[in-house]
Amino acid sequence: MFSYVLRRLLAAVPIALGVSMVCFGLVYLAPGDPVQTLLPPDADAETVAQLKRLYGLDRPLAVQYLSWLGRVLSGDFGRSIATGRPVAEEIARSLGNTVLLAGLSVVVAFSVAFALGTIAGRRAGSWLDRCVTGVAVVGVSVPNYWLGIVLVIVFAVEMMALPASGMAGDGFDPTSWEHLKHLVLPVITLSMIPVGIIARTTRSAVSEVMNQEFVTTLRANGLPEWRVLRHALKNALPPVLAVMGLQFGTLMGGSILVETVFSWPGSGFLLSKAILTRDVPVLQGTILVLALIFVLTNLAVDLVQSSVDPRIRRA
Amino acid sequence: MKRVLASIGAAFVLAAAGVSAAPARAETVLRIAMTAGDIPLTAGIPDQGFEGWRFVGYNLYDSLVLWDLSRGDRIADIRPGLATEWAVDPTNNRRWIFKLRPGVKFHDGSIFTAQDVVWNMERMTKEGAPQFNARQFAFARGYLTNFESVEAVDEQTVAFTTKTPDSLFPYNLSFLMMVSPRRSAEVKNDADAFARNPSGTGPYRFARMVPGERLELVRNADYWDAARVPKHDRLVLLPMPEASTRTASLLSGQVDWIEAPAPDAIPRLRSARMQVVTNSYPHNWTYQLNFVDGAFKDIRVRQAANHALNRADMKEMLGGVALEGFATVPPSTAYYGNPVRYEYDPAKARALLQQAGCLPCNVTFAISTSGSGQMQPLPMNELVKSQLEAVGFKVNLQVMDWNALLQLGREGREKHTGVDGINISRATQDPFNGMLRFIASSQAAPRGSNWGHYNSPEMDALITEALSTFDAEKRLAVLTRIHEKMSQDAVMLWVAHDLNPRALSPRVRGFVQAQSWFQDLTTITVEAR
Repeated sequence: MFSYVLRRLLAAVPIALGVSMVCFGLVYLAPGDPVQTLLPPDADAETVAQLKRLYGLDRPLAVQYLSWLGRVLSGDFGRSIATGRPVAEEIARSLGNTVLLAGLSVVVAFSVAFALGTIAGRRAGSWLDRCVTGVAVVGVSVPNYWLGIVLVIVFAVEMMALPASGMAGDGFDPTSWEHLKHLVLPVITLSMIPVGIIARTTRSAVSEVMNQEFVTTLRANGLPEWRVLRHALKNALPPVLAVMGLQFGTLMGGSILVETVFSWPGSGFLLSKAILTRDVPVLQGTILVLALIFVLTNLAVDLVQSSVDPRIRRA
Repeated sequence: MKRVLASIGAAFVLAAAGVSAAPARAETVLRIAMTAGDIPLTAGIPDQGFEGWRFVGYNLYDSLVLWDLSRGDRIADIRPGLATEWAVDPTNNRRWIFKLRPGVKFHDGSIFTAQDVVWNMERMTKEGAPQFNARQFAFARGYLTNFESVEAVDEQTVAFTTKTPDSLFPYNLSFLMMVSPRRSAEVKNDADAFARNPSGTGPYRFARMVPGERLELVRNADYWDAARVPKHDRLVLLPMPEASTRTASLLSGQVDWIEAPAPDAIPRLRSARMQVVTNSYPHNWTYQLNFVDGAFKDIRVRQAANHALNRADMKEMLGGVALEGFATVPPSTAYYGNPVRYEYDPAKARALLQQAGCLPCNVTFAISTSGSGQMQPLPMNELVKSQLEAVGFKVNLQVMDWNALLQLGREGREKHTGVDGINISRATQDPFNGMLRFIASSQAAPRGSNWGHYNSPEMDALITEALSTFDAEKRLAVLTRIHEKMSQDAVMLWVAHDLNPRALSPRVRGFVQAQSWFQDLTTITVEAR
């Protein structure tokens, strides 16, 4: 088991390296310039050249990449070109906000979707199943930025019950309603797509397992239906867990639109800002960390899967 | 469930109210949603464009020269700031002498002196000085192209020397914020540490900052200009780049003020009794043209394009939140004069194209999808295209990202001979930045902002005359001639001037919207809810 984890972690190294190289290259292939954020829109070419020299951006691309890599390996992500603040600090703060948002969305999405999917899968083909499938299709199809705006119009603008944007301020206090209410709309918005995807996966996994012979055997042995369901769910869980893991990874990095709509200062918001301003150190650092989170989440899911289903050997 | 949560929330609110004894007077807070994606830099000259200067720069800091934002009926001009008066040295027209305001204190309590001006100039210009800061250098650079040196003549006097005679030099100093050398020394000249605990001389003091989320400033009761001590206690600045989010935040009572609501949200804001304020300001939505390579080198083609535009249609499309743009600066500018008025006349436009032998007349414009001051670039460019094509042009729009367009603009026409015009909207707050840099042959790109290499010896002579005329009234006459000549030569394709819409809660009182990119927030009172 230990060597399996180690191997998986080592496999993350080339992934991270590849991601950072592609990202570095793409930023430089795109027109525009990182020092543009610092200069007035129409600064002359001489000023641009002087500033590039001051920031070391006039060196060959490979040299820039290697020096960045060297610093990252010693734990220094550098400073943001746009704000001058240490990148590690920027990522830690925004990632914390995103983990809060994505974590809660994951809990909401997983519980709702798992319940819905189980109900539908157990009675595949019934009107209940059709309703749940309908909800799942809507969840997957509705663009979340649109849903976010609609929720804001209804709950913030018309009913004035919930805030439309932002966090309440410094840190997060789970006992404060002032803080919690800022989370309600973004969490609902962000969990809609995973609800759809996970509910559909759960439904098909449960309905497939319910048709297997061991379920018939269990019923023939006179087990009460809730215990039959418990056995069935345990068998249906591995594919659902795999999908959940992927969804968590997606939520961590893919909430750019939702975070922008709600002005939520998370990693998606940070990424979109960094892309628009070509803030290479922030972009590189954030993408690297998100890629690692994705890898680690998948590893965690694999480990949970194998503990749920001993047939999956991890050696 | 909602009711349960609401009652839990109510319990917390009541508990909190019980803990803190009710103060004699509740703190008044003005909460503003900015269009910026982040909090502007607090370490001196801000980033985030002029919005950074508007909300952070001129509130935390002062410059030697400030803008007169006290009235809304004409384009704002400069006025004394940390300097009380200035004049060019009678024996040397490259030397400017500034008398400093006595008794001004930084927020850390130290006194502002001539030495501090020199220290600040070195922070922005002198590589190798311990306080030198590359970012401040970058922000200041555009305003210091003609700066040569500075010296402290005595405790209350500084002298600036320029490379060439420059009657407009004081405008440049209005963008250079003076920070406290004492606070900088305390943090060992670390600009990042300074930004987290800044000290200036401005009407607001720094209170706290949550990076990416909010900046809070509080009233500086000891501000040197007693008339501008803020009339509210606290100013909260929130970055909110998404227009619909800003609108929703104002409507839901989360903020008291939003910048730039989308035009289609304005009727909704008005119906909710929000104050929607607009005013002319120095903004020019335009196309700079190529004078060397394509069709626009013929003045008849430039005139035709200007006559082809139905600017009233453009204004209507923008929900009325724009002025029809007939010239480089808005009509309320002191040097507007009497420029040629290119009225909508499609027949004349077509005849001019025929005379020029350019029918159909192929032109390519480089445009952006978004960007600071670009208003709604895509629908606006589509409308311009359809209006030009109606008279015989054939328009190709080369759409790119804002950064890419800026780079194309900086490189000049030489590298982009296939482009006939660039759509970069400009701030025209002072004569040099609003007009001269686009038409002086010495400013030809990539050296300066004369992208299309317009070159007129007569115009160059006028510019030299303006820059070496130190009598304000005589200079105004020359600037007026320059502005009129720009129109005669049809130097640009003029489309619109933005009207700078912002929406305020009905509780916000006492705001005078100046005709400027900057605004005075100190006059504002906020009524209790």
